[in-house]
Amino acid sequence: MTMQAASTEIASRTAAIIDQMKGLEGPLLPILHSIQEEFGHVPKDALPVIADGLNLSRAEVHGVVSFYHDFRAKPAGRHVLKLCQAEACQSMGSDAVAAKVKQLLGIDFHETARDGSVTLEPVYCLGLCACSPSAMLDGEVIGRLDDEKIEEIVAEVRS
Amino acid sequence: MNIKADFPTLIEEIDYGTPESKATKQVTLTVDGQSITVPEGTSIMRAAMEGGVEIPKLCATDMLDSFGSCRVCLVEIEGRGGTPASCTTPVGEGMVVRTQSDRLDAIRRGVMELYVSDHPTGWNEKAGTGASEFDAVAKSVGLSENRYGVEGRNHVKEDGGVAPGHGSLAVDYIARDESNPYFTYDPAQCIVCSRCVRACEEVQGTFALTIEGRGFESRMVAGMHEDFIASECVSCGACVQACPTDALREKTVLEKGMPERSAVTTCAYCGVGCSFKAEVKDDEVIRMMPYKDGKANHGHSCVKGRFAYGYATHKDRILSPMVREKITDPWREVSWEEAIAHTAKEFRRIQYQYGRTAIGGITSSRCTNEETYLVQKLVRQGFRNNNVDTCARVCHSPTGYGLGQTYGTSAGTQDFDSVDFTDVAVIIGANPASAHPVFASRLKKRLRQGAKLIVLDPRRTEIVKSAHVEADYHLPLKPGTNVAVLTALAHVIVTEGLFDEAFIRERCDWAEFHDWASFVALPENSPEVVGKLSGVDPELIRGAARLYAKGGNGAIYYGLGVTEHSQGSTTVIAIANLAMATGNIGRPGVGVNPLRGQNNVQGSCDMGSFPHELPGYRHISGEAVRDIYESLWGVKLDDEPGLRIPNMLDAAVDGSFKGIYIQGEDILQSDPDTKHVAGGLAAMECVVVHDLFLNETANYAHVFLPGSTFLEKDGTFTNAERRINMVRKVIEPKARYADWEATQELARAIGLDWNYTHPSQIMDEIAKTTPSFAGVSFDLLDRVGSVQWPCNEKAPLGTPIMHVDGFVRGKGKFIRTEYVATDERTGPRYPLLLTTGRILSQYNVGAQTRRTENVTWHAEDRLEIHPHDAEVRGVRDGDWVRLASRSGETTLRALITDRVSPGVVYTTFHHPDTQANVITTDFSDWATNCPEYKVTAVQVAPSNGPTDWQKDYNEQAKQSRRIAPLEAAE
Repeated sequence: MTMQAASTEIASRTAAIIDQMKGLEGPLLPILHSIQEEFGHVPKDALPVIADGLNLSRAEVHGVVSFYHDFRAKPAGRHVLKLCQAEACQSMGSDAVAAKVKQLLGIDFHETARDGSVTLEPVYCLGLCACSPSAMLDGEVIGRLDDEKIEEIVAEVRS
Repeated sequence: MNIKADFPTLIEEIDYGTPESKATKQVTLTVDGQSITVPEGTSIMRAAMEGGVEIPKLCATDMLDSFGSCRVCLVEIEGRGGTPASCTTPVGEGMVVRTQSDRLDAIRRGVMELYVSDHPTGWNEKAGTGASEFDAVAKSVGLSENRYGVEGRNHVKEDGGVAPGHGSLAVDYIARDESNPYFTYDPAQCIVCSRCVRACEEVQGTFALTIEGRGFESRMVAGMHEDFIASECVSCGACVQACPTDALREKTVLEKGMPERSAVTTCAYCGVGCSFKAEVKDDEVIRMMPYKDGKANHGHSCVKGRFAYGYATHKDRILSPMVREKITDPWREVSWEEAIAHTAKEFRRIQYQYGRTAIGGITSSRCTNEETYLVQKLVRQGFRNNNVDTCARVCHSPTGYGLGQTYGTSAGTQDFDSVDFTDVAVIIGANPASAHPVFASRLKKRLRQGAKLIVLDPRRTEIVKSAHVEADYHLPLKPGTNVAVLTALAHVIVTEGLFDEAFIRERCDWAEFHDWASFVALPENSPEVVGKLSGVDPELIRGAARLYAKGGNGAIYYGLGVTEHSQGSTTVIAIANLAMATGNIGRPGVGVNPLRGQNNVQGSCDMGSFPHELPGYRHISGEAVRDIYESLWGVKLDDEPGLRIPNMLDAAVDGSFKGIYIQGEDILQSDPDTKHVAGGLAAMECVVVHDLFLNETANYAHVFLPGSTFLEKDGTFTNAERRINMVRKVIEPKARYADWEATQELARAIGLDWNYTHPSQIMDEIAKTTPSFAGVSFDLLDRVGSVQWPCNEKAPLGTPIMHVDGFVRGKGKFIRTEYVATDERTGPRYPLLLTTGRILSQYNVGAQTRRTENVTWHAEDRLEIHPHDAEVRGVRDGDWVRLASRSGETTLRALITDRVSPGVVYTTFHHPDTQANVITTDFSDWATNCPEYKVTAVQVAPSNGPTDWQKDYNEQAKQSRRIAPLEAAE
């Protein structure tokens, strides 16, 4: 597919989502979520289409998208692993957890494994402070991370 | 005269920090022991400043709503805990506020220390001006140390950091954005106060800027992290004005340093008439800063007024008078004395040889009232005829006629502030976002507050749909059907009983209303019938009519899309009828408002520029009026109207009109049917062009007198709201004489005893002879800033809104508006309708803006064509196309867009190469001869490049612009 065709494709699928959700109160965030679901990320080419559809400026849409780290500019790996790095988890050794996970996966934060299996991200509080250090794998939270759980997680994302 | 003595300092406007409260209830509080009374709802910050106590601030400025992010403006309030931000805390009765204490000092210093630590090394001496608000605040809070270092981001570990962005220093390393020709964005100096973003949203209404990311990563970006030039930015300058650091700064300031002195003056572009501080250093304008006390713009600006003044020093400016025998000769530079003497001799010779009426003059809507007055005086007193006309002929003459007939005054009814009270805005044949940008910003602000919008325009302009703006009704009518559609709106209002009977009975002639109502109620004026011929869905017409009639305060704003038609005057009358029928006249928020194209088109009309009218719209046949001038000027005035521009040209072709003095107008480019204009000019024996540049008309001139820009003279401009604004000299005339002085020299040379030493004396003469200006003087304008005419005994400070207690003419007059289709029709050979307009960055024939960096945005005129029309003709985007009408043909490149409907094409006329007026016909308004620019039947076909006419024209222009090298003095 040529670049042009790809962007036309994104535009038309985005437009369909906008049409469906335009009537919602505060439609921008729900639309962005749907777009991320549709494409696995929020393609830059979708932004002007959203701006036009909602009578916003491109800048406003970009401001919102870039504010939320969960909206990705490019597709993630098959799994997404988020390690909490906020204060409570830090006090319970999240630095060491992060170091170990990075070493096992061979990637740093904000990176995706070469085989596309997993994307590693920091997160700032999952509300699980009582079970620090904590993580989130594909939307499911995991508490009281220790070496064993870490290896389990790594094995799962590698499989 | 030593200008520096006149305004030796830089005008510093007080920044109150937050906008004024409109509340009427007063509240008294104490700030630092001082009792201050302010309207309820005022912020503590503003109240303090009104009492002369300045609280340090970074994210607050009085053009913007308070935001409360910088935490520098904290205060202590007795009986309340903590240290609230003074910008977001409203005053309360009896409140006791302290703005200074050890605790506050410590907090402010702490906050500033953090800001400074995120600024690049040497924050107070690097790149910037060292004169920013940020620098001043750092000094004022007594910042003397910075414990955090100046590396920036020193809170984040560089390696293995866990903060977003890996703890890298990326933010500091974003390159400066130099893409905008007028200002720089240096992200490293940004403190993320959001003032620029808020200015773009609240003031300008473009929403081109945003804060990207969050936390340490956050920084301001344009568009989707684009260069400014590629983003939605319209370069209005509001962000630059708002920036408290040097992150956004005018390039001229960075290159040449801060200006040293300034004077308040008036922009010389469109009819909004924005007030600016012209800021100067060493006799060079460094920047134009919008003036907050300007009643038309309240501190806002557009790319033209704010930045596009470079033409004043462009190398193309001609600074020496020139003459030549024949237009095929090269120009010969001569002294002013020789040029003036030669002109006077030639004019006298022509009058002796061909008769008194063989010469005339054209006044300029670009020049001051005083200059315009002098040119018409020169014609009437000196030439002893009434052959004077003005470029308003080609734009708003139908406004003068239509509103004069129905209401009794030839001007808009409101001030611009009125839009703040409008509930339903109707925009007809105007594109304010491009042509009147500062008004558009004010309108958009009102629309964001919930006002409704109806647009009648063949194109889907920016005001129909853009960020946060969407017209409730867009009636995309076929060019040339204005009268039909407006009458159909009236049909709905009458037949559905939506008219305001009480208003009509009180203010208008009931019998005339009845006659009009019975006419508009005819079935042929119904939306269903009109819909067919105008291409507008009848339901849209009905909906729009109901909304305008019953939606609250309804205000109509219109532009040249109304006037430049064969039924231009009828359309203006139809608009006036609508406003009367719905009672939308005589109070804030309503009215009929022509958006004037040029800075002083209102003024030039007021000043007696038309062949049939003396100043103040008084007909030349009136003996009493003539008496006033005859006794003052000591001559007998001709009581017959003189020739209009098209008549002058006709007469020239016939051989009875031989000489003309044209001040500041390029009739060859701006008037219809270019070939006819060229023919007329070529037939004359003495064409005198008084202009800044060798414009297109000068190709046919025998004498060229160098003009002066608005920066080089004193005087007044009158804007679209009848506001008389001061123009002040900030630099000496580069060509020795201001335009009024040159006209005076010419008058003296033909024997008139003129002895004006300052334009204020000309205004005094205008005031003495013209009742609507009776109270106007430079003294008054210096005192109060500006006034709106009528300004006389009854209204000593002017008249913001007209027809408040009754129409000027007595009873408002309803006039039937029968739709007569223009003779210019589409057919098999010319199946498309061409209409014309403007774009934001260019102005009119482009003589000024083409000589500024504004060409960055608009290097050429393009033909907008609908994808369907393009496809059947095999035209692709960017292709050269031949545009042909019954009058002529030209070529330009196509721009494919669905902004225009199928069957309609559109172009601008900013570039002489395009020669759009070779295409336009000589059809014109039945009442005023205003040309029908907005409708021309055309055909479009692919082409290889410029036409023979364009090539010949360019060759002729090149030849005729030759200037002979100076001969050695004898």
